Amino acid sequence: MAQAARHRVTVPDGGASSHGPGLPCPDAGGAAASARRAVEAVWRIESARIVGALARYTGDFALGEDVASEALAEALVAWPRDGVPRDPTAWLLATGRRRAIDAFRRRAGRDERYAALARDLGEGGAHAGAAPAGPGEPDLLWDPDRIDDDRLALVFVACHPVLSKEARVALTLRVVAGLTSEQVARAFLVPVPTIQARITRAKKTLAAARVPFAVPPADERAERLASVLNVLYLIFTEGSTASGGDEWMRPDLAHEAIRLARVLVRLTPGEPEPNGLLALLELTAARFPARTGPDGEPVLLADQDRRRWDASAIRRGRAALARAVAAGRGLGPYGLQAAIAEQHAVAPSVEATDWERVVLLYEALGRVAPSPVVELNRAVAVSMAFGPASALEVVDGLAAADALRGSYLLPSVRGELLARLGRRDEARAELELAARLCGNRRERGVLERKAASL
Amino acid sequence: MPKYMLIMRSTDETTAAFAESGLDFDQLLEVMGRFNQEMIDAGVLMAAEGLEDASQGVVVDYSEQPPVVTDGPYGETKELFNGFWILDVPTIEEATAWARRAPLAGPGSKAEIRRIPSIDEFPQDNEWIRKERAWREATGQL
Repeated sequence: MAQAARHRVTVPDGGASSHGPGLPCPDAGGAAASARRAVEAVWRIESARIVGALARYTGDFALGEDVASEALAEALVAWPRDGVPRDPTAWLLATGRRRAIDAFRRRAGRDERYAALARDLGEGGAHAGAAPAGPGEPDLLWDPDRIDDDRLALVFVACHPVLSKEARVALTLRVVAGLTSEQVARAFLVPVPTIQARITRAKKTLAAARVPFAVPPADERAERLASVLNVLYLIFTEGSTASGGDEWMRPDLAHEAIRLARVLVRLTPGEPEPNGLLALLELTAARFPARTGPDGEPVLLADQDRRRWDASAIRRGRAALARAVAAGRGLGPYGLQAAIAEQHAVAPSVEATDWERVVLLYEALGRVAPSPVVELNRAVAVSMAFGPASALEVVDGLAAADALRGSYLLPSVRGELLARLGRRDEARAELELAARLCGNRRERGVLERKAASL
Repeated sequence: MPKYMLIMRSTDETTAAFAESGLDFDQLLEVMGRFNQEMIDAGVLMAAEGLEDASQGVVVDYSEQPPVVTDGPYGETKELFNGFWILDVPTIEEATAWARRAPLAGPGSKAEIRRIPSIDEFPQDNEWIRKERAWREATGQL
């Protein structure tokens, strides 16, 4: 039936990309490139475990990350040459441990403490309190009861509030998501050395602040979890609305954030907000297929073909939201935004959306996380539920408070409301102002067209 | 979002070797369960099904018309299809890295990795694609 019909339809092969499944590699370097991708794939699956285990083992996050990176660099040389080892993870871990011992021995000349650490590590890691293992046996790094703790500690350390937001994002993508510096650089359209410097600086900052490699204590936990959620959200928004450049979306980055949110949900059972965030990301990503037109131009919510929304992503998002609600502690800012996204996801059209409910949800959101952007969104919902005049009062209140100065968001909404009220000259001026302030070429085009059509 | 199917394949020999291995069902559930849990924890497992023994199945052979229906295993062909995983991963290399870790073993035991094209890649004005989309929407299918 539906599946069988597909065999008769020509399937686009994803263009000339060598990532296209089943496509032969046409270039001479194909085998090397393919081996490199195999290393990167293993790294994506295992980096969090490997960095986490080595950080715990050495008692030093920066050193753990350094030696894990060295192991990755060695794999990139050795695997294309010798083939992928039978147990790639054990190989990476054993190599990382050897590099850690080397590092301790180098420091041993200056400090006897490190000589003892090198001995312990060589004998199987008495440092971490583990029982000694035979030489070359990496298994002790694999305490199955510690894997989740290591991974969770890694997430918390990478998102530590002592770091700048850029550093948290780069470190999380590098060590938790297992992207290479090259991949992170490409995702953020910055040179590779910029990302490398960012990560080096982040490690120094963590060391200087003496941040322990551990899950934070109960009294810090809420604040630290909020920082983790914020980092994943930033990664997602960078992917869903590129802040600079020509492309409107970079779905790979958004997908990365969803995957990290799924991991976080598994690592923090009983916490409602990771589920709230996952729900928000799934429900937002569900709209991606309908968010761009044939030429890559953005299509606004009101004009989207809702049949193109990803039904399975909506199902997963609603399930995550239901779990957040079921935790029984009320919804946090991400859960509330997810509840708003759910209202859109289940509505057959803009007109048939339960806007009054959306207004209520924005009011609740404004109470737990007051911000001018939330207020502006509430104004949009008010305009749909009660008409543009009531909404304009809300927006004018924001303008009077000088909120969102320099952002294109306020004039774009204000222009829209004025247009609906028939105040065309004022509307055009506001939309033109919004276009001038907008940094994204695609979005700017939408605003300019709207202004010109008045 | 890219999706890949890991297809478990084997031969009569695999089945015979497994029968002789003495691995009991609880152990099988445990090793498979651990593998599945790893993929769930990594946020990549979207769906998985295992199939009942091929001897309980039916084969419809279209080499002739009308097709010939036979009971049990595939007859002349030795390839058996035993189940699948659907993974949400960005590249075939990552799907392959997961497949390497699958607790499968024995002569003739294989996993085949194939990308699942998204319905967005099909002609959207085709009426059958529209119908399929509506069915997917109604049932929340992957």
